[in-house]
Amino acid sequence: MSTANRETPSPTAGRAGMKKELPEQFKDYRHVWVFIELERGQVHPVSFELLGEGRKLADKLGVELAAVVLGPPGEATWHAVAEAFAYGADLAYVIEDPLLAHYRNEPFTRAMTDLLNTYKPEILLLGATTLGRDLAGSVATTLLTGLTADCTALDVDADGSLAATRPTFGGSLLCTIYTLNYRPQMATVRPRVMAMPQRVDKPVGRVIQHKLAMAEEDVVTKILGFLPDNQSAKANLAYANVVVAGGLGLGAVENLQLVKNLARAIGAEYGCSRPLVQKGWMPADRQIGQTGKTIRPKLYIAVGISGAIQHRVGVEGADLIVAINTDPNAPIFDFAHLGIVIDAIRFLPALTEAFTRRLSPHNRDKLAS
Amino acid sequence: MHIVVCIKQVPDSAQIRVHPVTNTIMRQGVPTIINPYDLFALEEALRLRDAHGGEVTVLTMGPPMAEDALRKALTYGADRAVLLTDRYFAGSDTLATSFALSQAIAKVGETFGMPDIVFTGKQTIDGDTAQVGPGIAKRLDLLQLTYVAKIASIDLDAHEITVERRSEGGMQMLKSRLPCLITMLEGTNEIRRGSLDDALRAARSQIVKWSAADAGIEDLTKCGLRGSPTVVKRVFAPTSRAEKAAQIDTTDKSLRDLADDLIAAIFTRQPALEQELAVDGGA
Repeated sequence: MSTANRETPSPTAGRAGMKKELPEQFKDYRHVWVFIELERGQVHPVSFELLGEGRKLADKLGVELAAVVLGPPGEATWHAVAEAFAYGADLAYVIEDPLLAHYRNEPFTRAMTDLLNTYKPEILLLGATTLGRDLAGSVATTLLTGLTADCTALDVDADGSLAATRPTFGGSLLCTIYTLNYRPQMATVRPRVMAMPQRVDKPVGRVIQHKLAMAEEDVVTKILGFLPDNQSAKANLAYANVVVAGGLGLGAVENLQLVKNLARAIGAEYGCSRPLVQKGWMPADRQIGQTGKTIRPKLYIAVGISGAIQHRVGVEGADLIVAINTDPNAPIFDFAHLGIVIDAIRFLPALTEAFTRRLSPHNRDKLAS
Repeated sequence: MHIVVCIKQVPDSAQIRVHPVTNTIMRQGVPTIINPYDLFALEEALRLRDAHGGEVTVLTMGPPMAEDALRKALTYGADRAVLLTDRYFAGSDTLATSFALSQAIAKVGETFGMPDIVFTGKQTIDGDTAQVGPGIAKRLDLLQLTYVAKIASIDLDAHEITVERRSEGGMQMLKSRLPCLITMLEGTNEIRRGSLDDALRAARSQIVKWSAADAGIEDLTKCGLRGSPTVVKRVFAPTSRAEKAAQIDTTDKSLRDLADDLIAAIFTRQPALEQELAVDGGA
């Protein structure tokens, strides 16, 4: 239902080239904010990744980096505040309220829009999680400001505007989007797109506390329960150290077993490219790419994946990308570090066996002695 | 009950090509489809109608050719289709899109009965923002239920709805009130084939076509490019890495040797990995 893909790119480019004159009521909007996503006592790691990115933007602009922590009264909220400082925040805006114990759209939208209208930041970053996307859409529409979703790069240009880059046209091209005449400039970024910054122990700095102007009876939606995911069955691709994924080059659904066998042998998570999900070969939570999971493993092995841009943007953060593909001209070889042109269906059993041989404790002991 | 389902006609992304020289999208000949995520919303709406009675109206904003997507939705069993089409909508970002659609939904409500539920898909496959659904909810002051995996119950007399909502790390069970906006999670149902009767009816059906004025939109500055706070400044292809992948030489080698070569190359580049893999996997 969205139209980030404009029908007429040329006039937009023309308009963006026009001289920018920020309306008077937005001229006092300053500083960079990052929303800290706190759920069931845990801060989502994407919030720290965004603090790292927000730090760079704030330093370029010569302004402060603030963390926004919305949570229930008590320890978890203050732990999140402390962590935000450790990951680079200069100050924190905090609303403690029982209504903010678990995410619901109404109290969180209210809390966030009140803070934004009161303290007026120029930039607000949120994680593109289910929570962050639910909240960002409501907040941006309430404030009638621009929101760029699922950015893959953030920068500030010479006149201090946020330049937010994201894939477009189904991930076949990238575009850079500006919010010229409105504030705050809002952007969401998916988990693992930005690198995790270094954590440095720091005392808690300046904290500005705010009250939530809402009572439970004002909130229509009630939480009846929460069913945590079965952790063992659930793919944790985004934060896995080693990932093996298959694509259309596998040819048949049975051949996915070869990918799973390799993954098991090296203790990797397994996943796939978008077409396999569309074919129903794998569940959507194992899809890797712009519309699936973004990964940053130490090792990524792509098997029979051609490497469309929408896949590429989801894996580029990997330390080492290995591509196995029959087509020497497949675009995956343009961004993989290591490649082998071979029929994966023949090669994978040999590779699995070779890894097992090399990694088995028995052989390692022999090598060491 | 009356249910409105917002759908979008999108290019079949599997067949999009980028012109190698001009970096523009080659749209010619690319077939269009209903955004696949929207089909989960449509099927859920049809099931609710079948269970509770009432009507399903499908709504889209787009060029005149988006009529094809609406007609397809009618073949699945939707009762009515509305096409919002006007050159003033060209270049809409998510905020301008949610404005136009919310105005059209209000007009649909006035004309055909107020909706109890407005559905959208989770996101589109071309824009991928997932922001228009929440935008519509906010503008129409509807309760917002995103990423819904299951509608557990609806009580039309009490205006109550309970749903299971995908959230980070688990499913939330939520009780909320009608009217509401639901964005439906993928994989939650399968679109029906549609009956022969529906196919015949779809072919005969008159699709309601509204311009901005027909939909009651007076303030055109909130539409299209003018109504969009975001501006696309640059569209470009990503730069390639300076060097292509280092290739393992496959001439005259057994599979076993090639596997050993590849593993050696991996550990040469990332020496720390070997210890890590041996701990996690191996054995």
